[in-house]
Amino acid sequence: MATQETPKHDALVAELKNRFGAKILDVDRSYDDCTLIVDKAGIHDVLAFLKNEHRFDLLLDIAGVDCMNLPKFRERFEVVYMLYSIGDDVRVRLEVPISELDLDVPTATDLWKSANWAEREAFEMFGFNFVGHPCLKRLLTHHEFVGHPLRKDYPIMGGQWCATTSDMTEELNEPR
Amino acid sequence: MGVRNSGYLVGIETKNETGLITTRLDEIVRWGRKNSLWPLPFGTACCAIEFMGVVSSKFDISRFGAELVRFSPRQSDMILVAGTINYKLAPVLKKIYDQIAEPKYVISMGACACSGGFYDNYATVQGIDQIIPVDVFIPGCPPRPEAILHAVMKLQERIDKEPVPKRGVHRRHEVVEKFRDS
Amino acid sequence: MANKIDIKEFVPSEAPPRYSARDFDGDVDPKRDDFDEGLTLPDINTTPMFINIGPTHPATHGTFRVYAQLDGETVEKAGVDVGYLHRGFEKIVEIKQYNQIIPYTDRLNYCSGLTNNVAFCKAVERMMGIEVPPRTIAIRVIIMEIQRIMDHMICCGTNIVDIGALTNFWYFYNARDKLNDVLEALTGARLTYTYTRVGGLAWDLPDGWRENVKAAIKEIPSAIKDVRGLVAKNRIFQDRTRGVGQISGENAINFGWTGPCLRASGVDLDLRKVRPYYGYEDLEFDIPIGSNGDVYDRIIVRIEEMHESLKIIHQMIDRVPDGPINVDDKRVTLPPKQKVHTSMEALINHFKLVIDGVQPPPGRIYDATETPNGELGFYIISDGSGHPYRIKVRPPCFYTMNALKFLVEGGMVADIVAILGGLNVIAGELDR
Repeated sequence: MATQETPKHDALVAELKNRFGAKILDVDRSYDDCTLIVDKAGIHDVLAFLKNEHRFDLLLDIAGVDCMNLPKFRERFEVVYMLYSIGDDVRVRLEVPISELDLDVPTATDLWKSANWAEREAFEMFGFNFVGHPCLKRLLTHHEFVGHPLRKDYPIMGGQWCATTSDMTEELNEPR
Repeated sequence: MGVRNSGYLVGIETKNETGLITTRLDEIVRWGRKNSLWPLPFGTACCAIEFMGVVSSKFDISRFGAELVRFSPRQSDMILVAGTINYKLAPVLKKIYDQIAEPKYVISMGACACSGGFYDNYATVQGIDQIIPVDVFIPGCPPRPEAILHAVMKLQERIDKEPVPKRGVHRRHEVVEKFRDS
Repeated sequence: MANKIDIKEFVPSEAPPRYSARDFDGDVDPKRDDFDEGLTLPDINTTPMFINIGPTHPATHGTFRVYAQLDGETVEKAGVDVGYLHRGFEKIVEIKQYNQIIPYTDRLNYCSGLTNNVAFCKAVERMMGIEVPPRTIAIRVIIMEIQRIMDHMICCGTNIVDIGALTNFWYFYNARDKLNDVLEALTGARLTYTYTRVGGLAWDLPDGWRENVKAAIKEIPSAIKDVRGLVAKNRIFQDRTRGVGQISGENAINFGWTGPCLRASGVDLDLRKVRPYYGYEDLEFDIPIGSNGDVYDRIIVRIEEMHESLKIIHQMIDRVPDGPINVDDKRVTLPPKQKVHTSMEALINHFKLVIDGVQPPPGRIYDATETPNGELGFYIISDGSGHPYRIKVRPPCFYTMNALKFLVEGGMVADIVAILGGLNVIAGELDR
């Protein structure tokens, strides 16, 4: 997109590396974007730092990735956070490798409320367990669905019939 | 409606030379049914926008008597499934279909409702005829409004051919099966 | 002779006094002791009622379900159930080529299909490092702005219908049909256009198309004026929409809102101004910003955006440069048929492009476009083959719907309908 962002990205990367050191595993600057690969242990601190100190007030999206069929990957899964700062006009992407043996991820709902449904969808599509989420339930597939559809080992034709309509007491009692 | 063998006075009409029109009860009932099909638009996706176009004044569906869209299954006699039905919505569709009173007709509009469309994957039912019996299929993605009008006309032709069931027979489709080849 | 019956025996000595109409002078005070034998209104035993709005309901535009716990007319708690149109977009694109994905993107926000096509092609072109020719850019801008008008017409029309004013829907719909005729002449389809390709467009403009567009957009301002005249100063409309579904700017940003709903809350964020693409920096147009963030502001912001889109179309329609419409790059564009029939390299190029498809280099990209609903983003991961490895769509109405629970609780049942219409939730995009 805009290359006037590049000096802002440079400053941001330098500051994050300074502060978090080993937690920032890698930096990717292709296509004029700024992508940081962050270790799972430090992701919540990095997110809180970006939100509070650098005014990244808009969490655009949380995506899950199953890297099983890529030629080169760190861990099987990844969670990708896309952040935008309206005041400074800076975009940043954080990618967190998650091993399939330990799918617990700290939730971002205490920082941004937009993480609520985004994490629910990442949970239902890949199986991440967002620790601390107020209501981690299926969102897009029906309540009798078993499995996580977007994983690479889920068959594309694996349709599952649903015979009943769902009860919504949990969503009803979720805090605002 | 009217006397089928035109020009000749039959039966009770021979008594009255001024031409009292008689007809069978079936034909009056069929005439009433086909010219006042109140649709229940079960619109989910893009086809629902095309259905809204049919209801608007440019392609008028009220010429066929189908103007009053009633979203309640108790007040309508035709369900027009417009859009993709996925496994989450399938029990809802079946429930709504069961709640419509006989005689009921189903029009399946669009490629997704007829056969799953090009969403051949884990989420989409491959055709609503796996769940409910369908009278008219409309292909297209989305079908043109004229195609929907054509389908309503085809449904009217179909209603013309079916016998009105006698009292005690509840399932229209059983009757249709019985008379299928006649 | 009948016994004389003294009627006083039948009248209880302490009958409640009968009120006549003259005694009432406004509201009945619920704390009046003699109103109902000592009961006050809060003592009356009510149980909460649970109702289901949707998934098939005339006022929800798209299939989703709102499950509400009501106390009388007030919504105490609400829960939102989506996914009734989940079609597995992100799974099925993993087995398709990039040009085959374009029809799937059409059906995301089906009220403005061309904008999604352009957004997707823009992302893939950026990934491949391709610059489309200036004629393509101009045509893409014009069709995106026409779609913006059409989408806002549907949104405002259906929103106002739900509040109760049916005529406006027909005014907007007829005007929208004229624009739809113009796009049908261009692309051949009425709703799902699939007109762009990676590297350009499917085919060039037909003759006289620009005059058709000019004739069609002459009729739009009068339709907008009719609708605006009917509702903007109408007392009932104002009562139903002012102060309803109010959300402040910071809350909206926290919920991840973008697009006209965010601009109605006072935040100045429009990707066409902040990160201009396709020559928007040279065009003169304004961004309407609301002040209260309620339903009224959302409708008026959309109506004003229609005027701004008309301005853009007027500026661009005479400035479409001549030239090719597909970029001259053999990684994406099919070679012309004469060369395919005569030259071996062109034949092999054609074959590879059809069988293997467009192949972006391995990498990841996130690209966003300002659609009529907000920011539509595509996060594409490519592994170098003709099929994308992963595409994640960032739908704008997913995040506006996320906040519905927040907006609706505490209000009345009839307000749910008004708020839902203003958020412009398109189920195709919400559920993908």
